Amino acid sequence: MNFLAHFGRYILMLKGMLSKPENGRLYWKEFMKQCVDIGIGSLGIVVIISVFMGAVSTLQTAYQISNPLISKSIISQIVRDTVILEFSPTLVCIVLAGVVGSKIASELGNMRVSEQIDALEIMGINTKSYLIMPKIAAAIITIPLLVMLSMALGIYGGRMTGVFSGIISAETFDRGLLDKFIPYNVTFALMKAYTFAFIISSVPAYYGYHVKGGALEIGKSSTTSVVVSCVTILFADYILAALLL
Amino acid sequence: MIEFKNIRKSFGQKLVLDGVSHIMENGKTNLIIGTSGSGKTVLQKCLVGLFEPDEGEIIYDGVSFTEMSEDDRKMLRQQIGMLFQGSALFDSMNVEQNIRFPLDMFTKDTKAQKNKRVNEVLERVNLSGSNKKFPSEISGGMKKRVGIARAIVLNPKFLFCDEPNSGLDPQTSMLIDKLIYDITKEFNMTTIINTHDMNSVMEIGDNILYMKEGRKEWTGNSKDIIFSDNKSLNQFIFASEFLKDAKQMRMMESKREQK
Ligand SMILES: Nc1ncnc2c1ncn2[C@@H]1O[C@H](COP(=O)(O)OP(=O)(O)OP(=O)(O)O)[C@@H](O)[C@H]1O
Ligand SMILES: [Mg+2]
Repeated sequence: MNFLAHFGRYILMLKGMLSKPENGRLYWKEFMKQCVDIGIGSLGIVVIISVFMGAVSTLQTAYQISNPLISKSIISQIVRDTVILEFSPTLVCIVLAGVVGSKIASELGNMRVSEQIDALEIMGINTKSYLIMPKIAAAIITIPLLVMLSMALGIYGGRMTGVFSGIISAETFDRGLLDKFIPYNVTFALMKAYTFAFIISSVPAYYGYHVKGGALEIGKSSTTSVVVSCVTILFADYILAALLL
Repeated sequence: MIEFKNIRKSFGQKLVLDGVSHIMENGKTNLIIGTSGSGKTVLQKCLVGLFEPDEGEIIYDGVSFTEMSEDDRKMLRQQIGMLFQGSALFDSMNVEQNIRFPLDMFTKDTKAQKNKRVNEVLERVNLSGSNKKFPSEISGGMKKRVGIARAIVLNPKFLFCDEPNSGLDPQTSMLIDKLIYDITKEFNMTTIINTHDMNSVMEIGDNILYMKEGRKEWTGNSKDIIFSDNKSLNQFIFASEFLKDAKQMRMMESKREQK
């Protein structure tokens, strides 16, 4: 299948998703379950990468700025901006594309292959809206929250490393943080997070939902979905930066 | 009643259904029999719309299913129960939740009413007490029975069963046949069963469609089948010496009765 055929089927899937739920309560329950799976499920990895990401950026920025004429508070400014603008939204979402994406693709792929999706269809349930919509909705709600958490933890991690390794004092770091802070950067980062959340959930859902074959194909579709989501995220990252900055 | 006319379906180059027509009557157990690979599962899936036939018409109680909109199909499907050949239980739910799912989705019953109904059907498939087990923890035959329980929990108007008793011991198999037969009569359902099981054919074959290489080869009921002189059917049904003897005995019996 070529790109256009995939894209057309993807759009049809999204369109088919929009229908009145057969039973609002069960849809809500499914949505909540997905929020837990996606949000709480990836909390650990987000915490770890955020702290290290901040720590490493402090060390590397300090290494690059060894000129004594430059104020040290510039380090925390640079850490703040890179974490907020790029590291937290993009890097975290790339990792989540692997964690969340492969889970969504293999879960739906398994349901397709073992005819569970057909069984739901036969009961008269719109499987696109029952299985896919709650996942996308949960991703759109929880992933931006994770990204915000990651920003805070990233900056905190940077501060901690800076202080412990004696590169920069806590006061200087904090002063730098508040210096020339542009609130729009956070808005921009959140716009990125919403876009990426949609990509991370809908692309793997597309691949999982349309699996044909057996266990082998589930694995393949899950890999493909992660690759495609990552590339799409990077592409969207570029477009958003070009348009909005 | 489900009537279908001239159903054709091919996958790529391979023609699987080559113009099959038949009427599945209500209040009867309609059997589809045939060798492995003759297109039974594909036919059932075409009838419920999981596969779109390339040609032909399907009519549910006088209404054309082929021309129905997706929404109307959804409404109709709420009256369909289906057991899949591979059971298709939801692995994230235990036995009880699997069976209760259609109730949760489509009824406004109270929790107590739902639990009562779930236990009722579990008992009918001889599985009381397995409520909390997960599909990965039960045997293939048990999965089949849970699948049947889930298919009948809403008392569907149309019941499709793809090999309900493959993988079951003879005793349980008969129990399931009897269950399906009884509820078909009780609720005047249109029941369609794919089977290889000769015991089922003889016991509950109200209306049998014998398929061969994607075509209708023979139809009749369990009495006619004994006297049929269709060569391929005889080879298929009375494959073993034991069954051949049984056939001879039945024929002699009925001749005696006629006298
Ligand atoms: N999704 C599919 N894609 C391609 N070919 C298929 C598909 N499903 C079934 N077939 C082909 O259709 C033919 C009939 O298959 P079907 O599953 O209907 O057989 P069956 O009569 O149910 O056999 P069994 O008794 O073993 O279940 C087989 O040759 C099979 O290879
Ligand atoms: Mg079959």
